[in-house]
Amino acid sequence: MASSSTKTIQDLTQRDYKYGFVTDIEAETVPRGLNEDIIRAISEKKGEPEFMLEWRLKAYRNWLTMKEPTWANVHYPPIDYQNIIYYSAPKVKKQVGSLDEVDPELLKTYEKLGIPLGEQQRLAGVAVDAVFDSVSVATTFKEKLKELGIIFCSFSEAVLEHPDLVRQYLGSVVPYNDNFFAALNSAVFSDGSFAYIPKGVRCPMELSTYFRINAADTGQFERTLIVADEGAYVSYLEGCTAPMRDTNQLHAAVVELVALKNATVKYSTVQNWYPGDKQGKGGIFNFVTKRGKCLGENSKITWTQVETGSAITWKYPSCILQGDNSIGEFYSVAVANNYQQADTGTKMIHIGRNTRSTIISKGISAGHGQNTYRGMVKILKGARGARNYSQCDSLLMSSTCGAHTFPYIEVKNSTARLEHEASTSKIGEDQLFYCRQRGIKPEDAVNMIVSGFCKEVFRELPMEFAVEAQKLLGVSLEGSVG
Amino acid sequence: MLQIRNLHARAGDKEILRGIDLDLKAGEVHAIMGPNGSGKSTLANVLAGRESVEVTKGQVLYLGRDLLAMPPEERAWEGLFLAFQYPVEIPGVSTLYLLKAGLNAIRKHRGLPEVDAIEFLALIKEKMKLVDIDQSFLSRAVNEGFSGGEKKRNEVLQMAVLDPKLAILDETDSGLDIDALRVVANGVNGLRSKERSMLVITHYQRLLNYVVPDRVHVLYNGRIVRSGDKDLALALEKKGYAWIEQEARGMAAGAPPSA
Ligand SMILES: Nc1ncnc2c1ncn2[C@@H]1O[C@H](COP(=O)(O)OP(=O)(O)O)[C@@H](O)[C@H]1O
Ligand SMILES: [Mg+2]
Repeated sequence: MASSSTKTIQDLTQRDYKYGFVTDIEAETVPRGLNEDIIRAISEKKGEPEFMLEWRLKAYRNWLTMKEPTWANVHYPPIDYQNIIYYSAPKVKKQVGSLDEVDPELLKTYEKLGIPLGEQQRLAGVAVDAVFDSVSVATTFKEKLKELGIIFCSFSEAVLEHPDLVRQYLGSVVPYNDNFFAALNSAVFSDGSFAYIPKGVRCPMELSTYFRINAADTGQFERTLIVADEGAYVSYLEGCTAPMRDTNQLHAAVVELVALKNATVKYSTVQNWYPGDKQGKGGIFNFVTKRGKCLGENSKITWTQVETGSAITWKYPSCILQGDNSIGEFYSVAVANNYQQADTGTKMIHIGRNTRSTIISKGISAGHGQNTYRGMVKILKGARGARNYSQCDSLLMSSTCGAHTFPYIEVKNSTARLEHEASTSKIGEDQLFYCRQRGIKPEDAVNMIVSGFCKEVFRELPMEFAVEAQKLLGVSLEGSVG
Repeated sequence: MLQIRNLHARAGDKEILRGIDLDLKAGEVHAIMGPNGSGKSTLANVLAGRESVEVTKGQVLYLGRDLLAMPPEERAWEGLFLAFQYPVEIPGVSTLYLLKAGLNAIRKHRGLPEVDAIEFLALIKEKMKLVDIDQSFLSRAVNEGFSGGEKKRNEVLQMAVLDPKLAILDETDSGLDIDALRVVANGVNGLRSKERSMLVITHYQRLLNYVVPDRVHVLYNGRIVRSGDKDLALALEKKGYAWIEQEARGMAAGAPPSA
């Protein structure tokens, strides 16, 4: 009798990954492995201008001299970079202009994922740029955005149609030689999203991309670049799922955000990639470089992330606060269940005067999950009056999981003010019992308690996304109090 | 309503309840008194289904059903309510949200339609008068930063909203000043009815000046060592628990308890 509720919770947490289907679509791929010829082939397939190829090759040559980082608190078998297919595109006969022309198999996949594109267009007012493996297949709402001068398209298209903007900003936040995974991405990235919001324009809808990794053994290397010009505002949503496969898949994306004077960029992610099975087999390796630059004064960048998936997550959305009075924010919920490992956090680099940053990190560990927060706040010499507030809370849901916190602080200006708060709590048997005594089922009670724990982050998400995130969290934690 | 027979329970390695017998009929209010550590909260927890306490022997019938076989939430659906001695804090979850979820789970179990946010607000506003609580409490996280008295009032409010058949109040009077005590007592009295039974656990007699019990039981060292009417509480107040301890030792030595 003592463990009946624990058992229910376990049954719940062990629920199977619901997006683990594989879409049967013919794909056009390049041979396995990586060398200069492969890179040339990718660039050629995409019909890229010379500057892009040059940039890719520069990145590749740099990557060859770099070593895979080992400082993160995650453990995984060595990745064989010569055994990965670096380019995979669904075979499409011609350029897709409207949804009707998209492979129906593909659309079915989206439906299974719960993103009916047409529906979403009409109901939610969300412009979706769907990335299926490597090529962006449908960009919706483009026309409407165009009227406002907003550019929202696949990265490939941006390279062809807006080469000057791409040239100006690509690598301006994450240089091609920034780190091992970013260099790899720069060399081989196949597609991604591009958004440009012109001066003074407030983007009237949430821009959204759904990433999905489908083909077996393809690493996915997308690249996202979002530029908000002076006084512009944009909110961008990224959601991800991946099919279930035995071998781990590599995901090394790069996201660059640029906010000019008085501009605001909000970037929200709900990530529920396949985390691997209960024994820790399979799942996505997620090594992502996300960085935003508050280039102009009074600019603001907000990262909000809910990370429930991936076998391994290595991710530090960061802000470079260059403009005076600029603001960087990081709100994060990271879940590590079963054998998942998450090493996430943020870096706030204060360069300009009176720059402010806020870090709210909520780590949830269950099963054998290991959750690490790694954060850095750096106040440079010129950052007079800089301020940072950091809060890192960990919630433990079993006795076999772990939570680790590594805050790094570097202050070179004595007028800076920093506050750091941290807490670790175990989901209480007493909290659970209290809820159950009020008539609430254990799985709902766990949901409620965890959602309460994450509230400060959830309220930063757009409404529909917050609901989705809450559900996801419930699914990925079901059965995990022990 | 409630029949407890030879109930034994342990927590950790310690046997805490050592043979409890009790009969509570519909509409009755019984008080359970006893010194600290005698097992009062443990009894309340066993009745509510706390899993950290293990029942080793005995039986409990609630409305004719085997209470101990039900998980805690089912007991709540069937109308059992526990006002906790130490209500726990749940950060980020508002009282409003928790209580609405609880009420709707209970209603669902009884085949009643769920109440929506507007109906629920109307209901809770009416009940709030009973315990003199400010509305701002409802949107604050459950018990977070509440004073001792506020937590106790919040428990009584929840009881009023969930409208239980059997209410167990675990030292809901402790730590209250006289005004708060009166508020809580009024709240409890307002909920007395022919259908509702209450088990009022208290360390002191003073609550029983306001909430007059039908029976008083004295719990000592995991056993009910004495039962009587409300005068027993007064006698206890006058002579102190030492009297009971002496008697209990006498009882252990073989002398029959005088009721
Ligand atoms: N979970 C537990 N593990 C071990 N001992 C416990 C536990 N809960 C209660 N006890 C012990 O059982 C005895 C009775 O506790 P309790 O029922 O809280 O008494 P009361 O409410 O009458 O003050 C105390 O000695 C207490 O320390
Ligand atoms: Mg007690």
